[in-house]
Amino acid sequence: MSHYSFFNLAKKALGGHKNWAPAWRRATPQKHYDVVIIGGGGHGLATAYYLATKYGVGNVAVLEKGWVGGGNTGRNTQVVRSNYFYPESAAFYDHSLKLYESLSRELNFNLMLSQRGHLSLAHSEHEMEIMRRNVNAISLNGIDARELSPAEIKKRVPLINLNARYPVLGGFVQPRGGIARHDAVAWGLARGAYNAGVDIIENCALTGFDISGGRVTGVQTSKGAISAGSVGVAVAGHSSEVARMADLKLPITSMSLQAMVTEPIKPVLDTAVISPTIHMYVSQSDRGEIVLGGGADVYNSYAQRGGMRTIEDNVAALLELFPRFSRLKLMRQWAGVVDISPDTSPILGKTPIDNLYINCGWGTGGFKAIPAGGDTMAYTIAHKTVHPLINAFDLQRFERGALIDESAASGVAH
Amino acid sequence: MLQITCPWCGPRNETEFSFGGESHIIRPVRPESISDRDWSDYQFLRENPKGTHYERWQHRFGCRQWINVARDTLSHEIYSVYPMGDPKPVFDRKEALL
Repeated sequence: MSHYSFFNLAKKALGGHKNWAPAWRRATPQKHYDVVIIGGGGHGLATAYYLATKYGVGNVAVLEKGWVGGGNTGRNTQVVRSNYFYPESAAFYDHSLKLYESLSRELNFNLMLSQRGHLSLAHSEHEMEIMRRNVNAISLNGIDARELSPAEIKKRVPLINLNARYPVLGGFVQPRGGIARHDAVAWGLARGAYNAGVDIIENCALTGFDISGGRVTGVQTSKGAISAGSVGVAVAGHSSEVARMADLKLPITSMSLQAMVTEPIKPVLDTAVISPTIHMYVSQSDRGEIVLGGGADVYNSYAQRGGMRTIEDNVAALLELFPRFSRLKLMRQWAGVVDISPDTSPILGKTPIDNLYINCGWGTGGFKAIPAGGDTMAYTIAHKTVHPLINAFDLQRFERGALIDESAASGVAH
Repeated sequence: MLQITCPWCGPRNETEFSFGGESHIIRPVRPESISDRDWSDYQFLRENPKGTHYERWQHRFGCRQWINVARDTLSHEIYSVYPMGDPKPVFDRKEALL
């Protein structure tokens, strides 16, 4: 591999950039792997990366039906944050943010993490009360959060319209929150995993599991059978379909979540802004596009396109808060298929089938969790013991009634 | 945008309806006598298919009636709208998609 550095960049520039080694090479599947990961998105790649680099399991393959990072990892609005209400969530997501903070250096790949602050708005007295409760909870969880007055918000985000239909009465910021370049996360992890010996097999669709005596022993794919010591599944919106191949039924509903960008403009917005009430979040990318998103299209869907109703809702919500953006043209719009769990918290860890592990239920917030999802799943697969940070996020919590109801608690849209 | 044909009001935009999730889920008759697992299955487990989905919609900003809809979750094509309480219409998905 080529190390990415200023020196190497200058050196290769002299040769017309013709002799860079590929970041990862296409692999053909071997007959057996110690661990097979289904899904070459952020979570799958991160699991493989940490298995190979941190937990000493080198014989790993990642199977991806399409191309690396072509699903939700490349379709989200890039937000990273850890301002969660419940201690379980806070510990997990802050672990993720901390890993993100050092991952660019570790991977030798610039993830363009920009901790520009993550600002949540409140639009009513009731919301202000809930928000203060959240800020207190988040602070007690050891995570940075600070309440802002309307004047402070205006100073920070001069373009905002505080007297919108739902006037802005206040907000809170997580200074360490922000955005990261989503494609870079997929590419950097794929490169890191490849360099650690992981086989990344694209255009390889899962067609079934080999299960005998309640234990998974391998997978059937469009490129033939592969035997495996353990299998990890990280396929987001297609979790129910993949689980069905193993005769498992999941508490997951798949929906389309849209995002869209405007034409690029000069820097006008240097923080990520979210309004839970009107369900809108917006930031400006390094290329200058205004990136916005909102709630999912509220019916079951596996279509990666989304409907006009939600586009209108998202844009209307944006223009209420930022009327000046009305002159911008929307350049692109797309959707990812998100896997929504009953409590909007992820489902991580073991399944009723031995050696089959699952990572799903991220709903609309999986991107920020990529490093921690990968790290904890890699630990769990390598040690066959659930990582302490994800103990509470097991599939069985629904039987116990031990839901982690972040959708109701955190006051932030997922 | 979906267009759903309400049996009472005719074809209407998706914006007039609210989605009620998977249909044909039967509440256990005696919840207190079943296991936590069965109760959790009833409450939380969903088919969530890529293909024909049998689901409930309410014509919320119209006649307010609940209806069943058989719809493809990939193409979003609506195969059938049928009354609550009726059994699932059976489709050969390949035929329906032709």
